[in-house]
Amino acid sequence: MISNFINLEWKQFFRSTYWQKSVALNLLLAFFAIFLVGMFLIMGISLFPILKKEFPDADPFKTVNDILFYWILTDLIIRFFFQKLPVMSVKPLLTLPIKKSKIIHYVLGKSTLSFFNFLLMFAVIPFGIMLIINDYNVIMVLFWIFVLIDITLIINFLNFLIENLAAKTELSFLPIIALVGIFYALNYFDIISFATLLSNGIIAVADHPILILIPIAILAGLYFWNFKVLKEKFYIDNSLKSKTHEAKTTDLAWTNKFGDIAPFMQLDIKLLLRNKRPRSSIFILIIGLLYGLFFYPNPLYQDKVWLFILVGIFVTGIFLINFGQFIPAWDSGYYKMLMSQNIKYEQYLKSKFTLMSASVIIMFVLSIPYVYFGWNILLAHFAAAIYNIGINSHVIMFAGAYNRKKINLDQRAAFNYQGTGAVQWLVGIPLMLVPILIFLPFYYFISFESGLLALIVLGLIGIVLHQKIMTLITKKYTAVKYEMINAFSQEN
Amino acid sequence: MIQTTNLSKNYGNVTVLNIEELTIPKGQTFGLVGNNGAGKTTFFNLLLDLIQPTTGQITSNEIRVNKSEDWKTYTSAFIDESFLIGYLTPEEYFYFIGDLRGRNKADIDTFLEDFEEIFNDEILNKKKYLRDLSKGNQKKVGIVAALIGDPEVIVLDEPFANLDPTTQIRFKKMLRSLSENKDITVLVSSHDLNHVTEVCERIVVLDKGEIVKDINTSPETLTELESYFAV
Repeated sequence: MISNFINLEWKQFFRSTYWQKSVALNLLLAFFAIFLVGMFLIMGISLFPILKKEFPDADPFKTVNDILFYWILTDLIIRFFFQKLPVMSVKPLLTLPIKKSKIIHYVLGKSTLSFFNFLLMFAVIPFGIMLIINDYNVIMVLFWIFVLIDITLIINFLNFLIENLAAKTELSFLPIIALVGIFYALNYFDIISFATLLSNGIIAVADHPILILIPIAILAGLYFWNFKVLKEKFYIDNSLKSKTHEAKTTDLAWTNKFGDIAPFMQLDIKLLLRNKRPRSSIFILIIGLLYGLFFYPNPLYQDKVWLFILVGIFVTGIFLINFGQFIPAWDSGYYKMLMSQNIKYEQYLKSKFTLMSASVIIMFVLSIPYVYFGWNILLAHFAAAIYNIGINSHVIMFAGAYNRKKINLDQRAAFNYQGTGAVQWLVGIPLMLVPILIFLPFYYFISFESGLLALIVLGLIGIVLHQKIMTLITKKYTAVKYEMINAFSQEN
Repeated sequence: MIQTTNLSKNYGNVTVLNIEELTIPKGQTFGLVGNNGAGKTTFFNLLLDLIQPTTGQITSNEIRVNKSEDWKTYTSAFIDESFLIGYLTPEEYFYFIGDLRGRNKADIDTFLEDFEEIFNDEILNKKKYLRDLSKGNQKKVGIVAALIGDPEVIVLDEPFANLDPTTQIRFKKMLRSLSENKDITVLVSSHDLNHVTEVCERIVVLDKGEIVKDINTSPETLTELESYFAV
């Protein structure tokens, strides 16, 4: 039975159009993974000597245990955004003679093979070996490694519970932020010192192997909690049934000012407001807007002006990046219809462009209060906004021509936690890195202002050439029309 | 109106459609029948330029459909639910299609009055999004939307499937009245021999991508078709 499942997964993975079209992205991901593994390996090997040298009085073993708490919090956040429960498309299996519990055990069991679970081991095992080399008790070290494996799996299953909870609320990322925030705060203000508690706990287990039963019990508990949650959801009238909201009709007459692109603007706005997936990209605006607060108040970053550019691009462009990277996949559900209608591709794309540009301007205006941290920041945000409108918007729309992944707008939240995998985040990187790379030489060789000017000039060139670029992009889209129709008409 | 020459569509080595010559004159109500995989939807997809032909061409009113888009102004279609926009209400969807076809809201409202019977009070002003309608009601919306803007060529894939008997009869009546208008060319495909023979003036039978029969409908057509398919 298990081999059947694996066979299905294999086929699902390699037979999707998406895989075939994005070998390059997959390679990039693979490199990224290898890079991370390498970093963790180096860390695992070098941590012991470094700690020994930097803190000769402290026991490196204890120090590592002390910081584990922070790793767990970080791991939880990373997993929340990147790791998804590997649920196969279960619906067709439901009526087949397969025990439900078997399917669920398989899904949960498979999740333990996630990359995230192995990553920490690449650091833990070499560190453990270093401990043994340095005359720590072998049994103790082995149990320590065992506890950490256990903890990793606990995080693994805890994450799915949190995601499940998050999927039920509109502000999907709030529970995780709140949870991690509370733990961090309680620890930071020494109300409950989780870091020490955890550290003592782990050391206790390492010293008294019988205590290992406690983390194992926690793990088993979480596993069966997950099992229960999934089992409840394996009914088509539960997780697969949609709640019907009463439809609100709006005519959005004000968009008529935009002339011939008005119908598409209205469609896009309704798309954003009425579907779960795109709606979350509106909520992300709030995070984006507050992003600067991570950096600007901190004096450490005051002289790192390239950060202003990064934050500026991010703050003014967060909607652009979030919404833009799925053009034209947002419309994948009815792409065939659009293509058989009497529309001009250019108007269709122009509506998206207008929407993105408007968001950049709005975000810039909303980010004006950052001037409190210095005029330079406002200037940098302004330059970033112009660059976003002139360059990034066009780049992201051009990249959209390579979009082959259908988005299912109606998809219920139950099996579609975040909807964005690691790939989608990677797309954003060049959009933020390139402007910094343009800015830096001007900054080092001439001045801060000249760097900003370079970005503004580039942005203005993009805006001036807008018509020409749009014609080019339209041509590209028309050229791949049949491929897109074909890819969008496939599920998964 | 619609001219097909040497049209073929291959996927790898498999030929799914191969039509040497097929001409559909203006004003004809044309029916396409055939078993699953006969190539009906493939033909419609080619006609709507949603897939590319391997060889040959389709011209609509002398316009090659994969070379120019000018045929889109007078052509409308409903192939499947993927032609609907799930997050719009039926009214909004009609207005949107109307916008694309140069009809304003008032035009659409008058247009929709004719369909009150078909909608059976289940579609308009129900405060429901299209995605929340039943399959049958979705189909009604799609077919009605394909009639917006006085198209000269209407393409409907399996218009009778999933519909209740009452609506089937009403749509058949509607299609027959369309066929009286000599400016409108209607292309319909169906598995149901009864429906096509009732509605269409001409029926073409496809089998494995080839035209095997081309019949002008007469009272004997139904028996002829039934005996052909009863193998």
